[in-house]
Amino acid sequence: MALPLHATTGERVWHYTFLTICVLIFAFLIIPILVILPLSFNAQPYFSFTPEMLSFDPEGYSTRWYEAFFNDSNWQKAVKNSLIIAVFSTIISVSLGTLAALGLSQKEFPFKTTIMGILISPMVVPLIISAAGMFFFYARVNLLGTHIGVILAHAALATPFVVIVVTATLTGFDHSLTRAAANLGSSPSNTFFKITVPLITPGVISGALFAFITSFDEVVVVLFLGSVHQRTIPWAMFSGIREEISPTILAVATLLITFSIILLFTVELLRRRGERLRGITPH
Amino acid sequence: MASNTEALKTADGISLKVSLQRSLRRKKRNALLLVAPLFLFILVTFLFPIFDMLIRGVDNKITQEILPTTVVALAKWDPASGQLPDEDIFKAFTVDGQVAAKAKTISRLGKRLNYEKSGFSSLFRKTGRQLKKFDPEKMTTSYKENLISIDKKWGKVETGSLIHRESGRYTKSYYLTAFDLTQNSEGNIEWKDADSSIYIDLFKRTLWLSCLITFLTILFGYPIAYLLATLKAKTSNLLMILVLLPFWTSLLVRTSAWIALLQKEGVINDTLVAIGIIGDESRLSMIHNSTGTLIAMTHILLPFMILPLFSVMKTINPSYVRAARSMGATGFTAFRRVYFPNTIAGIGAGGILVFILSIGFYITPALVGGVDGTMISNFIAYHISTSLNWGLAAALGAILLSLVLVLYILYDKLVGIDNMKLG
Repeated sequence: MALPLHATTGERVWHYTFLTICVLIFAFLIIPILVILPLSFNAQPYFSFTPEMLSFDPEGYSTRWYEAFFNDSNWQKAVKNSLIIAVFSTIISVSLGTLAALGLSQKEFPFKTTIMGILISPMVVPLIISAAGMFFFYARVNLLGTHIGVILAHAALATPFVVIVVTATLTGFDHSLTRAAANLGSSPSNTFFKITVPLITPGVISGALFAFITSFDEVVVVLFLGSVHQRTIPWAMFSGIREEISPTILAVATLLITFSIILLFTVELLRRRGERLRGITPH
Repeated sequence: MASNTEALKTADGISLKVSLQRSLRRKKRNALLLVAPLFLFILVTFLFPIFDMLIRGVDNKITQEILPTTVVALAKWDPASGQLPDEDIFKAFTVDGQVAAKAKTISRLGKRLNYEKSGFSSLFRKTGRQLKKFDPEKMTTSYKENLISIDKKWGKVETGSLIHRESGRYTKSYYLTAFDLTQNSEGNIEWKDADSSIYIDLFKRTLWLSCLITFLTILFGYPIAYLLATLKAKTSNLLMILVLLPFWTSLLVRTSAWIALLQKEGVINDTLVAIGIIGDESRLSMIHNSTGTLIAMTHILLPFMILPLFSVMKTINPSYVRAARSMGATGFTAFRRVYFPNTIAGIGAGGILVFILSIGFYITPALVGGVDGTMISNFIAYHISTSLNWGLAAALGAILLSLVLVLYILYDKLVGIDNMKLG
């Protein structure tokens, strides 16, 4: 990307124009997220900067929206619901998804493309259609407005991510390792737990993070299947934006951004670790 | 030779060929057993419910359930004759109607037929109220005249012909409505008049917005992917965070960020007023309209374009462009003739992905779309939870789903779902 020494004036101009364009696009990507952080400390109930904030007057800033969030029992209940639903749907989707990925990665697997297509379908079907279908089905089996209903629905939506991530980990899997273990007299179950499991663990964990965030961030299905007792954080934000716009939403958003930064770094670390374990050098 | 192959046997004395086949079968069976639980789970909790919902788009058993004898009697009547149905059909309707009125189900059928022609809901409610009190012993006129005396509409051929048309087990009427079509009393299909047609415009708007969003993500995503693919690994990894952070941030967080930025009293308008570009009274309305949807969705879907483009550009050997340059191509020609053609697969993959995601979007248009920024999904949600016209919701859903599936197949042909990567 660096400009060569012999570049002509025209090339130089284009090079700097291009870099400026890129900076502007990066700004478009990141500014909306960064702008939330200071706004969530606004002392006034506005969604914009007050003159006090711009002159860095400490009076213009406050943590009142964070206090509002931590003192509001509805928000606390939403946090609890989000965590319960996300944890259980992650457990279901990771166990089912990892088993399926192990099966799908066998060379001998019949009708692989068709079955893979069916297993991935929850990721492809527009959410509103999934939500509508599940709404009528769960009404019929009396699971509307229950935690179990929402957990099962989220598990179905999250499994494709687990299948994809774990299958990708297994594609780079060196099968001669298991053969070598068998050759040295290890039983299949011993080989599985001593060789396969440690190698695919990073993949499974990042699949689990994808599943967790899918459920944690999901709002359409929860709106259709849940009752007030299943109110999650995204649901509370959705109705908060629609009804009474309060900067508490921005405080919640800031907390969620912090949370996603942690997730992002965890996934990245796991990916590098996985590549190192499998002997693929990062490029 | 034949005797040689026979000689190959395992320790148990079984021929090697049979033994290998057996082991292969066992492996296949084990692999299938591993996949089976998830397969069944998806089938029961996902695919079956969707299929079941889509059936509602053609299902019409309500008429047969509520008017069982009328439906049988009506089958003999030809609405094209222009004659009112016979007395026995009116009698059948009176009997069915009395049962339904007592079971309080008659208004449900009225509501169903009201989707076809307004006025039916009140007609059935009124008729139901009268039929509940009706005693055939005390009747002095014919069944036909009795019904006509309840409401004059029963004396019209159109009323009978609509029930006749919608008396089958299945109906095409929801799909006709979804395409702004209607059936006239002769049963011919025709376009609705301009002011009552909504859905064709809605489909056009959804497709147009999705195309525009896809185009904008290509326009913005291409330079970024190019920069990331050609920079040194260390810098590019660092800049990648700027792409991945929005990708991992909650959809609602990003949507509320855009509300804070775009609204009338928001950051952008405040800044423009402070600088003096626009006056305080002429603040731009960038939200609760299609502009809001467009900006917010482009932002939300941009990472889905950058990531596949980046992974394709990463595989392009930089010596191709150097070779073109060394043979005298200008920078632009080398890009146009050598680099760009190599990235078309990435544009296709990212483009289809963004398009698929955007035509099914619900949350963001619902929050920032206002009236002219709403999409098909928002109407499906409206018909399910507000108007309760589930048949129409199912028909609209089926059309949306088939659009997505066609694109999905295209994506599979182009990229292969096995090669889908995340993060």
